[in-house]
Amino acid sequence: MERKFRILLAKPGLDGHDRGIKVIAAALRDAGFEVIYTGLRQTSEQVVAAAIQEDVDAVGLSILSGAHMTLFPMVLEGLRRNGADHILLFGGGIIADSEIQMLKDTGVSEIFTPGASTQDIVDYLNRVLPKIIKDEKII
Amino acid sequence: MDKTSRKKETDDAYARWLEEYDESKPDKGRKFMTVSSKPIKPLYTPKDAENIDFDRDIGYPGQYPYTRGVHASMYRKKSWTMRQFSGFGSPAQTNERYHFLLKRGQMGLSVAFDLPTLMGYDSDSVRSVGEVGVCGVAVDTLKDMEIIFDGIDLGKISTSMTINCTSTILLAMYIAVAEKQGVPSEMLTGTLQNDILKEYIAQKEWIYPPEPSIRLITDMMAFCAQHVPKWNTISISGYHIREAGATAAQELAFTLADGFTYVEAALAVGMDVDTFAPRLSFFFNSHLDFFEEIAKYRAARRIWARHMREKYKAKDPHSWLMRFHTQTAGCSLTAQQPENNIVRTAFQGLAGVLGGTQSLHTNSMDETYALPTEHAVKLALRTQQLIACETGVANTIDPLAGSYFVETLTNELEAEAERYFDEIAKRGGVLKCIEQGYLQREVADAAYRFQKEIEKKERIIVGVNDFVEEDEDVKIPLLKIDAQVESDQIASLKKVKQGRDNDRVKSTLAALKKAAQAGENHMPPLLDCIRCYTTEEEITSVLTEVYGTYTEPPLI
Repeated sequence: MERKFRILLAKPGLDGHDRGIKVIAAALRDAGFEVIYTGLRQTSEQVVAAAIQEDVDAVGLSILSGAHMTLFPMVLEGLRRNGADHILLFGGGIIADSEIQMLKDTGVSEIFTPGASTQDIVDYLNRVLPKIIKDEKII
Repeated sequence: MDKTSRKKETDDAYARWLEEYDESKPDKGRKFMTVSSKPIKPLYTPKDAENIDFDRDIGYPGQYPYTRGVHASMYRKKSWTMRQFSGFGSPAQTNERYHFLLKRGQMGLSVAFDLPTLMGYDSDSVRSVGEVGVCGVAVDTLKDMEIIFDGIDLGKISTSMTINCTSTILLAMYIAVAEKQGVPSEMLTGTLQNDILKEYIAQKEWIYPPEPSIRLITDMMAFCAQHVPKWNTISISGYHIREAGATAAQELAFTLADGFTYVEAALAVGMDVDTFAPRLSFFFNSHLDFFEEIAKYRAARRIWARHMREKYKAKDPHSWLMRFHTQTAGCSLTAQQPENNIVRTAFQGLAGVLGGTQSLHTNSMDETYALPTEHAVKLALRTQQLIACETGVANTIDPLAGSYFVETLTNELEAEAERYFDEIAKRGGVLKCIEQGYLQREVADAAYRFQKEIEKKERIIVGVNDFVEEDEDVKIPLLKIDAQVESDQIASLKKVKQGRDNDRVKSTLAALKKAAQAGENHMPPLLDCIRCYTTEEEITSVLTEVYGTYTEPPLI
């Protein structure tokens, strides 16, 4: 079966800054991904439920409020608890290098910071996703 | 030489210049456009200014249509207010930062609240986990506001508070702190952002649906007209619309359209325009396109004056004049080579001053990473002091008036805004446009276009897509919010709840609910709730029962 990669983009927590995530959504869509956007103010439970229900390949979180060290682990833990840790978790925001390493150590696949180009994100997903989804043919 | 031959000579000179002018190989392959992607001509001449009528369009400062500024003497009599937006961590840490800034020449306060406070949640709410004190200071009850303003005389300082869907709660707390200091509410000066429309468009901090939200605002306008007459009741904000990706013309148009919507809402509840319009103020962004920004401020004053006098029939000149605060563009700052942000901010601050702002916040270089350190915020404040005292730009009023380029840009921005007003009216007004997602989509489209221009290198951002330092290792000190703040704040909230008169809390909340249901002004019962240390979330919960909540349809 041929299909496109499905990506869930989410804004967890109370942060309302959605300029970045909308730009990413448009860029991923233009690059051929199927994009589902949760809208604002999702709890980690809602993000996990949406990821499972929509059967996505990856979840991208955007957090600019400084709550990333709380929210990334909550979503990661929720995916694991629901047996959905095959879903790739990546994200972006105002996140210091030292914290990026800590997040990666807990299982977040990649973090993009201000100044990253949308092409970097497209390239990253196109590089990583085929390695974890082997059974299906992706167009 | 007679007039005809002089004109011929000018025309010939123009033709010679046009012939010599070469656009075939632009420097660095650049596109000549503003930061809003607006094309700019190589040269502006008297021909561009032909339709400008000095008396009608430019005039004098302090006079209709206020293109040149709202005061006759501008900065020669009183400098703009240097007002750095700040607040972080616990109320005590914020109080300490305020004393630091005031000692170094800051002239007014501007409070940044954390996300739970902005959204109506207490620090112990499950929704607040990880967010307490992070983006600003945490406030749950009057107790926190008493600490924030400890040792600061509210009768002498003016305070701006960036707060929207919970604005009336924070204003009530401010009034109650003043009561405790013995300062009557009539003496208080300051500004409440209180602009819910731009929340739906851009900043996205809301609780209730638009209609009851506007109801809370008109309540507050009526209350202030009577009891807090020197307070600026709304700061109609383009800042966040711009930060979300809008062009200068969109910022201008959507902000003023929001302003007209508040005017119409107040008129609809029977207020006389001249009782509230003089207390409306504005808040704009200062982005990096120097001349476009200056033109934007000049156009904004002229449009507001024209509409207030001609359309809304305001008679008091104070109702015509647009006073505004400016903040430099956070979205223009880069994480790469962060010291460059000092320079960006200086240019932007200069544009705000040349545009005639009443107050200014200059961003700190480290704000793409965190809330600013003391060192970074001091540099940002010094930047304003340099503009005021060393550059000489404040010596004369509106120095760029008469520039063919600036006057043309001013006219074009006004015309673009008017086109947007027509489109918004055609779609049924601002609320309808928000409902349809029209304004949000216009902004998101502009943001995406901007990003594509950067990625195609049609637009150069120093340190990001050109002049990049490979293997750059950013080493600037950053402010860290201790996770301890959250647990301390929760503990202090618990203590307040134990020490207060809980029966009184219940009865004042019941009175607030009753007033909201009856459509009475909610401000007096709200003040009673605040005085007995009712928490913010206890209040928003009661109001939510009456008004419901708003959910945005996700638009991409």
